[in-house]
Amino acid sequence: MSRLPTRALRIGAGASFADDRIAPAVELAERGELDYLAFECLAERTVARENQSRLKNPKLGYTPRLMDRMSQVLPVALKHGVKIITNMGAANPIAAVELVHDFARREAVGPLHSAAVLGDDITDLLRGQPGLPLMESGAPLETLLPRMVSANAYLGADVIVRGLATGAQLVVTGRVADPSLYLAAAMHHYGWSYDDWGRIAAGTAAGHLLECCAQVSGGCFAAPGRKAVPDLARLGFPYVDMLADGDFTVSKLKDAGGRVDLATCKEQLIYEMHDPAAYITPDCVLDITELEMRQVEPDRVRITGAKARPRTDTYKVTVGYTDGFIGEGQISYAGIDAVARAELAAGLVRQRLADTGHRYSEFRVDLIGIDSLHGRRARDADPYEVRLRIAARTTDRKAAEAVGFETRALHVNGPAGGAGGSDPMVKEVLAVQSVLVPRGLVDPSVTIREFRS
Amino acid sequence: MIRVNDLAHGRAGDKGNTSNISVIAYDEQGWKILREHLTEAVVQRAFAHIATGPVVRYELPRLQALNFVIQGALGGGVTRSLAQDAHGKSLSSLMMTIELPEAR
Repeated sequence: MSRLPTRALRIGAGASFADDRIAPAVELAERGELDYLAFECLAERTVARENQSRLKNPKLGYTPRLMDRMSQVLPVALKHGVKIITNMGAANPIAAVELVHDFARREAVGPLHSAAVLGDDITDLLRGQPGLPLMESGAPLETLLPRMVSANAYLGADVIVRGLATGAQLVVTGRVADPSLYLAAAMHHYGWSYDDWGRIAAGTAAGHLLECCAQVSGGCFAAPGRKAVPDLARLGFPYVDMLADGDFTVSKLKDAGGRVDLATCKEQLIYEMHDPAAYITPDCVLDITELEMRQVEPDRVRITGAKARPRTDTYKVTVGYTDGFIGEGQISYAGIDAVARAELAAGLVRQRLADTGHRYSEFRVDLIGIDSLHGRRARDADPYEVRLRIAARTTDRKAAEAVGFETRALHVNGPAGGAGGSDPMVKEVLAVQSVLVPRGLVDPSVTIREFRS
Repeated sequence: MIRVNDLAHGRAGDKGNTSNISVIAYDEQGWKILREHLTEAVVQRAFAHIATGPVVRYELPRLQALNFVIQGALGGGVTRSLAQDAHGKSLSSLMMTIELPEAR
């Protein structure tokens, strides 16, 4: 395997969401000559959901697939001296680490030294801050407080570095910013500090490129006839080779599927970024406007020119709150006048629900195949078949259940030929909004807890 | 007319109720057309039936890429949207359908 002239720090990407594939991470740990492997498994509202799990059962609250992943990855990682950093602790990092150590003892894997990072959960603190403005609407936080189920600050790389500084082989966090999982490895390894803005910028850019895993190595990219991805079914996860001065390359295992080139790196670099001169993380304000990419060999791209300004004096905090229910039902129609029958069916459901007295603050009718993703366009011809989808928002669970019930009942009671009705679906909505909280209110509660087995 | 899809590739990302969509030119010629013709107003028009908020365009000339930030494009936000595509992952495909005048 070719390496940069000086032995670079190699950081692999192991997951981009809670249900990501596991095998490519094992492959990287086994054959990637990695120093670190990081797993990002927390979507925006995941911590809120896991906080609800923990309130019901104090032994839960971590990412549900934690042990699926760790039981496969940990033995291989320990064998090859690869350290693991992950936010799979979600709302309960201690329970997560204890579970991993139970596994390690049972399977005689180890010795294992882990660190749990605590302190991102500031739910209690925020109950005393009703005047904080919500970033989305400007309304005061107190409008959400009665329905708030969690509040978690996006912590930065520094707290992970504290975990790594204990000598831990495994660091488990709750909410931290995604790029920080990767930046932390480089900060710890090279001893970078927060006034070293060129290197912090490089580490953050590297973390941003890796945080969605295969999205930089050929995932979410292929388009037949235009954007080919070799061996897509065996897509490999990416890694970064980081030098002490912040010069780095993005690559993947040579024999894994996928591609790493300017096109894949550009798509991922701009992904979920707003102002490219001011991408705010807890570690810095990243500026990629002068960033340059160069293909230095097949499937290896060199990145230079990332810049950063000092981090802001606040943490972004995700506030999770319950927001009623969504009820949903689906049914299909085909053949002559399929769309007309679907539209008739939608009207029937709407009228039935109204007659029953249910109230919905929002009601949505989709004709899948025609208008469900981008709205209807004049030039679209009627398709041969169509799937009707009805979704509605309500504060009443019974009203939510009725949406799917009435849609499925169309089989017998609706237009001709209704087919394949779905089971009624109801979900309790866990929504999120954000506030900014001064660092000084959060930092004192951050602690590291060590575990050994 | 030429479609954005013939000149560029891109990806949609989400933050709250805001979608960002990259448009990355395949080559210099495409970059010139995109930079001149794929304006905020053009994108606003293409997304008018979906987005409630304004469109802001950022330029990344070194990468020959544009980044469009479209507010109010995700049905109230990923976590509460009634839409099938709550994340707006498919919105990059809508961007690709926009037609632009070809270079003279």
